[in-house]
This record gives sequence, C-alpha cells and structure tokens, in this order.
Amino acid sequence: MSEVRTLVIDGHDVAATADQTVLSAARENGIHIPTLCHLQGLSDIGACRLCMVELEGSPRLVASCVTRVEEGMRVTTVSERLNAYRRRVVEMFFLERNHVCAVCVANGSCELQGAARDLGLDHFELAPLHPEVAVDATHERFVLDQNRCILCSRCVRVCAEVEGAHTWDIQGRGADARLVSDLGTPWGSSTTCTSCGKCVQVCPTGALFEKGRSVAEPKARRPYLPYLVDHSRA
Amino acid sequence: MGADHAGARPRLATIWLDGCSGCHMSLLDMDERLIEVLARADLVYGALVDTKEFPEGVDVTLVEGAVSSQDDLRKIRQVRERTKVLVALGDCAVTSNVPGMRNPIGARAVLERAYLENATVNPKIPDQVVPALLAESLPVHAWVPVDVFVTGCPPSADRIFEVVSSLLEGRSAPAGQEQRFG
Amino acid sequence: MTPGEDDAPVVPAAGRAPGSAGRVRRHTDPLVPEGPVRVSANVCQAAGCMSMGSDRLFADLKEDVVASGATDVAVRRVGCLGLCSAGPLVEVPEQGRLFEKVGAAGGTSLAELLGSLTGEAPGGREVADDPFFARQVKVVLERSGKVDPEDVEDYVASGGYEALAKAVTMMSPDEVTDEVVRSGLRGRGGAGYPTGLKWRTVAKAPGEGGKYVVCNADEGDPGAFMDRSVLESCPQQVLEGMAIAAYAVGASRGYVYARAEYPLAVKRLQSAIRQAEASGHLGRDILGTRFELHIEVRIGAGAFVCGEETALLASIQGGRGTPRPRPPYPASAGLWGCPTLINNVETFANVPSVISRGSGYLAGTGTERSKGTKVFALTGAVVRTGLIEVPMGLRLRDIVFDIGGGLAPGRRFKAVQTGGPSGGCIPEDLLDMSVDYETLSQAGSIMGSGGMIVMDDTSCMVDVARYFMDFCREESCGKCLPCRVGTQQMYRLLDRMCHGTATMAQLEELEGLAGMVRATSLCGLGQGAPNPVFSTLRYFRDEYLAHVQDHRCPAGVCPMDGTPGAPVPPEGALMAGTGAASTGGAR
Repeated sequence: MSEVRTLVIDGHDVAATADQTVLSAARENGIHIPTLCHLQGLSDIGACRLCMVELEGSPRLVASCVTRVEEGMRVTTVSERLNAYRRRVVEMFFLERNHVCAVCVANGSCELQGAARDLGLDHFELAPLHPEVAVDATHERFVLDQNRCILCSRCVRVCAEVEGAHTWDIQGRGADARLVSDLGTPWGSSTTCTSCGKCVQVCPTGALFEKGRSVAEPKARRPYLPYLVDHSRA
Repeated sequence: MGADHAGARPRLATIWLDGCSGCHMSLLDMDERLIEVLARADLVYGALVDTKEFPEGVDVTLVEGAVSSQDDLRKIRQVRERTKVLVALGDCAVTSNVPGMRNPIGARAVLERAYLENATVNPKIPDQVVPALLAESLPVHAWVPVDVFVTGCPPSADRIFEVVSSLLEGRSAPAGQEQRFG
Repeated sequence: MTPGEDDAPVVPAAGRAPGSAGRVRRHTDPLVPEGPVRVSANVCQAAGCMSMGSDRLFADLKEDVVASGATDVAVRRVGCLGLCSAGPLVEVPEQGRLFEKVGAAGGTSLAELLGSLTGEAPGGREVADDPFFARQVKVVLERSGKVDPEDVEDYVASGGYEALAKAVTMMSPDEVTDEVVRSGLRGRGGAGYPTGLKWRTVAKAPGEGGKYVVCNADEGDPGAFMDRSVLESCPQQVLEGMAIAAYAVGASRGYVYARAEYPLAVKRLQSAIRQAEASGHLGRDILGTRFELHIEVRIGAGAFVCGEETALLASIQGGRGTPRPRPPYPASAGLWGCPTLINNVETFANVPSVISRGSGYLAGTGTERSKGTKVFALTGAVVRTGLIEVPMGLRLRDIVFDIGGGLAPGRRFKAVQTGGPSGGCIPEDLLDMSVDYETLSQAGSIMGSGGMIVMDDTSCMVDVARYFMDFCREESCGKCLPCRVGTQQMYRLLDRMCHGTATMAQLEELEGLAGMVRATSLCGLGQGAPNPVFSTLRYFRDEYLAHVQDHRCPAGVCPMDGTPGAPVPPEGALMAGTGAASTGGAR
C-alpha cells in the first residue's frame, strides 16, 4: 500500500493513495469528471482530453486520468473554460466521422451522446468532416462501423491487456487513423480474434456492435463467457 | 415579445422543411397541453393550420427539418425575416441528421440512384414541380441565425412544451436536463 | 550516387599519367599528394551541394588535378561550407578563397578553378570579407567544411575526441555535468531546456537496468536542415558529444534516431560509428578506460511527430510513434523504462567544446539567458541562403540583411518565420529584436530547432498559416482529439479564407479553436500547431480582414475563387444534382 496524499478537489478535502490518479480520487469521492477513452481496468492514455482539469498554480490543464495525486494539490474539475473546451471536444468527436444518433445502434446507450447531453451541447458550430470510412461486417458475430469510431482505443487496450489477443490496433495517423484488426486484414479472417466480444462491450459508441442489433435496442448486459462457449460450439 | 403590442396575444408558427414530420407528431403529443398553449398564443402558420403564406410579425416559429432544397432555403429565409424567436426543433433542424446522410455521397449520386438506377418506368431526374436539391442538406443555423436549439429525434413532448411555454411568456428557453441528440 | 559507386575504382582519364599523384582508390576518396600540400580544394560534399552535382565535381576535379601534373594540390571532401544558394562550393583554405557555383552556369568553371589551384594568382573571392561569413561564430560548425566527414582520423587530427579524452581520463562524471551546467547550454531542439539540468536528472536517476543516451536527429520542420548538415559534415562531433553525455549520466547504450529522408547523413553516421569503434572512441574500453558506449542508428519512418521525445522513444522500441503523457519524463523512465537522456544533434555537437575549452567559452558568447551560438537554416526570400551559425543575441536584422544579403531588388521584407510549424512569423517592426530564446517567445514565436524562413511581399500570411496548418494536420499522430480533429477544422477555416468564403464569425471561430487546441492537446505538436495562426493574427490581422471582409488577397497568392462552400451561392449553382463540393451553407 502506498502512502496517503491529501488534496482538494472542487473544494472538497480528499484523501488518496499516492498511486491514484486525480480522476480515480475524484470518482471515489463522488465527483464526476467526464471521460471517453478512460475505462477502469484498462491502462490510461490521456487521449480524449475530456477529463482535463485545472490545477491551482499551473497555467496548464492536465488530463486527470493520467495525473497522479500530489500532496496539497488543488484541483478544479468544473469551470466555464473547462466546460467550453469539453463541449468543443465532444462537438469535434461528433463531426469527425459520420455520427447520426437517430439511426445508430448505440442510440440511448452511447457515451458520446451522453457526454453531449451532460455538457448541454445542443448544436454544432463547426462543419462535419464527412470522411469516407468503411464498415467491416466480415466477422461472424460482430460489426465494426468506422463511421461511429472515436478512436478511443478502449477496444485495442481491452483486447491486448485483458484478453491478451491484441487483435486491434490503430493504423495511419491524423485524419487517416483507423481501427484495424490483425494489421489491416478483415476482422472475419483474423487469426488472433477469439470472438470474446470484450471490444464490443467496451466500445463507448456504436462502432463495435453485435450483429442483429437494431437502432437504439437497449444494450444487453451480457457476461463475456457465452461468446466463447458459443464460439467453441460453432 | 407578446408585450410588444399590448393586449395582442403572441403569434406562434411552425414550419416543416426536410424532416419526417416526427417533430410535429411530438408536438401533437403534448395532448391536452396543446389547448393550454393555444389559450395563450395564436397559431398563425404551420402544418396544422390552413394558411398559404407565412405571415409577418411572428413571435415564435418552430422549424422542423433540415434545409435541403431551394424551396427550403427560400422558406427559411422568409421565416427568419418574419420571426422574432426562431427555434430549430429536432435533430434534422439542428444537425441535418438523416437528411444530411446524403452529404458525403453527393446530391448528384443520390438523385441518380433514386431516379435513374432504381427507376422501373421513365427514368428521369425531375426538374419540374419537385424543388431542386441543394448540394448539401444543412442544419438551419448554417443559413440563418437560430435563437433556440431543441435536440432530439424527435424532441419529447415535455421538452417542446417546456420550451414553447417559456418562449411565449417571454422567458428564455430553460436548459434541458434530458435534452440529447437522437 | 548509388551505393555501388563507392567502391568502383577510378578509371584513369585519357592523357593522365597514372601514379603521378598520391592515393586515389575510390571515387569518394580524397586526392592527397605524397609530398607537401601547397593548396587544397575543399569540395563540399553535403546534400545541398551534392544535389547540384558536387560529387561529380569532386571526381572530375581530382582527375583534372592529376592530369595537370600538379603534385602539391590536394582535393578534399568536406562537409557543408554554408552558402548553399551558391553551390556547388569549393574552398581553398590556404588562400582563404571561396569558389561559387563551380561547374554550374554563371559560376566558376572547372578550368578557372584548376587554373587558380595550379597557377600563381588565386581566383574566387575572399572569404574573410564576405558578410555572410564575417558575422558568424562557429562552434557547432567549427569543423564543418574543414574536415572529411567520412574520416575519423581527420576529425582526430583537428582536435576531435580531445574533449572525450579529457572527460573520461581527467574528470569525474559529476564534474562533466557541472561543466555543462556552468556553460549555460540549453537544448537546441526547440524548447531550450537547460542541458546540464537534464543531464543531472538522468545522472541522479536510479538506473539498475542501465541508462540510455538518445540523439534526436528527427529534424522535420519545413525549411530546416541544420541537423542534417551537422551530421553530414561532422558526425564524429555529435558522437563525441553523446559519448561525453553517456559518461556523465552513466549510460552505456545510445541511439541516434535519424530520418530515413536523410540517407547521406545516415550513411555518414553509420560509417562514423564504425570508425569510432575501430579507433577506440566508441564501443568497449573507450580510450583505454572501463567506460563503454554502444551506439546504434535507428531510422524513422517519416512521421514528424517522432521528433517529440516520447513518440521517438516509442518508435525506437518498435512501437507506434505516438506521444504519451508526461510525467514520467524520459529522464526518469525512458527507453524500456530506464532513465534516458535525449538531446538534439546540435546540443550534442556543442558539448565537446564545452569540455575541451571549459564552460566559460560557451558562457562568454550569447545573452544573459541564452548562451553560445545557434545554427540556423536561413532560407526563403533572402539573396544568400544557407547554413549559418551566429552568436545568440544577434539582431534579426543582421541575420536577414547582413548575412542573408537582404531581399532581391524590388522586393519588400514582410516576415521571418522561425520555429517551424510550432513557431511564428516576426514582422518588420521587430527586426531589431535579439535572437534568443526569451525574445523570440515574447514575440509569439519560438527559437525552435533553427529553421528561419524569410518572406517578402509576395507571401500571403493567411496562406502561410494555412500551409503550416496543412502540415500539422498531415503530421498529427491522431492519438488525442484536439490535435487530430482541431488541426483539420482549423485548416478548413483557413482554407475558406484563402478561397474568399469565410465569414467574420469563422475568423472568431478560428481564434477560439486555436486557443482550445493549444490548451488541450496532448503533446507539443498539437499545443504548438496554433502558433502560426496566433502570430499571423497578431501581426497581420489586416491580411485576414482583407480575405474575410473584402474577399481580397493583398499578396495575390490565394485563389479567392468563392469555393468551397460559398455562403450565398449563385442561384445557378443550386440546380438539382450539383456536385457536393460546389455549394454549401455558411459553415
């Protein structure tokens, strides 16, 4: 057990162990900081920038998911500036690919949609980028729809860190960055995918989903095991 | 707003551009509260009223749908000119939503697919009666300033009631707790 | 030059007396007479001059000297002579003469050069008088253009590796670090972090699993070629700096991360490592001590972001070249989790002189907080372009007008861009500013790695901002959202301005977005990407306004053609089925 640190988050005195992040300390104390790329149990990469917070005495914002607590730290998680930036982050996620909530399998269970709601984002000022991206439906059970992918890499990490298969990765850079299976071969012909479905479960949007699901069908909370069992039978 | 001309009731209008009419359906889902709204305002134009020309001096206009055709554009410009508070009602008006799904494909490709490739008789892209498409289907605020955005596909009747009643009373629209896209 | 040519024997030219001069084994070998040398022709063999045929010139000149029967003329291969715009360059150091555009149209002919070398009256022009050279102070480029970049013996003969010998035999690692701290040397890669402090951090970090030194040679700013020239001209000096650093921090393994786009630099570096290992300056038991350092070259695959230190380390480890949040800093957890010292090429090249001449040498040059010299790649609209090294604190005006020779007749100065895609544009009003880390950053730019692009009235500053944004959007690694999407969105807005279709609201939007991307991006690439926008808005807002309000490009550069997405498209463009790109809303 590491040492205890005390800090102040939004005016609340908080105690945390030295190895905890600001995000985890905040959540433990019921303080909500929005996130998209973070998922408890996976490594943190600080990529979505939604969890940025202000630190007293520092002009720079920091991503709370990758910032360790420090003694005497004074953290602000909500401010006008942070909210404006967060709304812009969510807006840019929406405009990056082709998100149409009304016809998305994740409608109602989508974390991006939820973030927009929580932040009061009610329209977009910037223009959509409308990239032409692919849908990979070659897998027996699942579909990858790049139109809905926000490149959070939760699937990449759960596959590598929990399942140990490392089927997923990100290929290309900037606007060309794409989620790929097995270095760019169709998901259906992947030799590393165990069809465990963890990636589908952790996907915050409708980018990875089970075949046969229709728009806004409530996301079934299924345990992982049946996929493996079904797969071995098939 | 209503107080501008003392004694006169606020004038409410709705208009339906490129949308599925779902937002108007949700408006009707206000049920008996419709009576409450109409007790406070005159509904001067809309899909529910038989008026041919969009009138002058409207206080609040609810716009359903994206701006997709030349006709939509002509209408929304006129509506904006004649309206004090313009409300983009629902995802199509706010983001262009489903109508906007054609944007990455291009209007030409969509028309060809619909009227030429899939036509069983008389393949021809219509150039009469049907208004010409704009190159892109865009949200209302891409063309004219919008005062209030109400998201949802469709927005709930409760939310519409909340927004309309506040606006008719001259208050700004309340922040929506349960307002979301989709 | 193909690799095979290296080893091809020189075919004796007709009429030449074989064996009349010294050893000439290969095309790339120098011609050195057996007897005393009266004059040498130092032929620039760096990429700039080679692209203009100096490798061919080198071979031809050797043959001609041999054919002339002269026995006291050497023809040497040297690195960058600096004045790249006048290449191919040949210098005759004994006479202090420089020959420009040798063998090229409008320059010195080969016969003229040969006549000067073998005859009585020296030709070319005096180097000492030339303002291009007169205002320079050479520390990093001390041996550039003087020693053979592919010969460790030549480097040693010029005093090379004396500093390493002094360090490993007469100084403790801490003394070496102290000397670097005292010198005031700051990182030359862009940010200007105190080098000594970085060394000390790595030296103090517990390193049971070993430590590493890494040389960042992933130079990628548009218009920048300082590191390339240093590596092509004197790779041993960089290796010596690395070895001294490794000794100071306690590392025994090192990497040079170089761009694949620099094949000549990579080749010379690899050859330099081999030679230094053979001569006992690298490898095991360096200079007879127990100190060892094994250096490998890692070649980048072309991503600009790999110049960012954490992305660079990921790439060396074989991973995807994306940055990670810091802390932990590489100094405590770098390569494979071990403490790692990362310095830039020019920083390492500064180190030998700090040790051999003492910290006072560097500390005596420059300004209060920016010590020493800085190498710049001076390019753009100046008369003389090339590689220069100036003392910190020199006025920008002196660089542009004295060293660079000012602008072409009839052209008017507009701005100097420094710092590449994370830098900014400095206007005419600030030409008298001192060139140092602090002043540049106060002016809204950065020192950066040393790119210096001079622009005249034919450059449109909105177009310049758009160009750099295009670069950043292309080079964003895509890991964090603000950089990945923000650069695309900013590019779109700038592009609209260049096409005359942006609104004032969009200009405001651009500023807001730039602030957001700067504040929220994960690494320096994203945080710095809005800088060209900020600095051009700060000094050239009138040009933005001309584009947005008057739909006019004052410099006449931008297309201003009303596409894409005219806010109020002509009715004709609204016909059914017009292409998606031709019209659009006011977005």
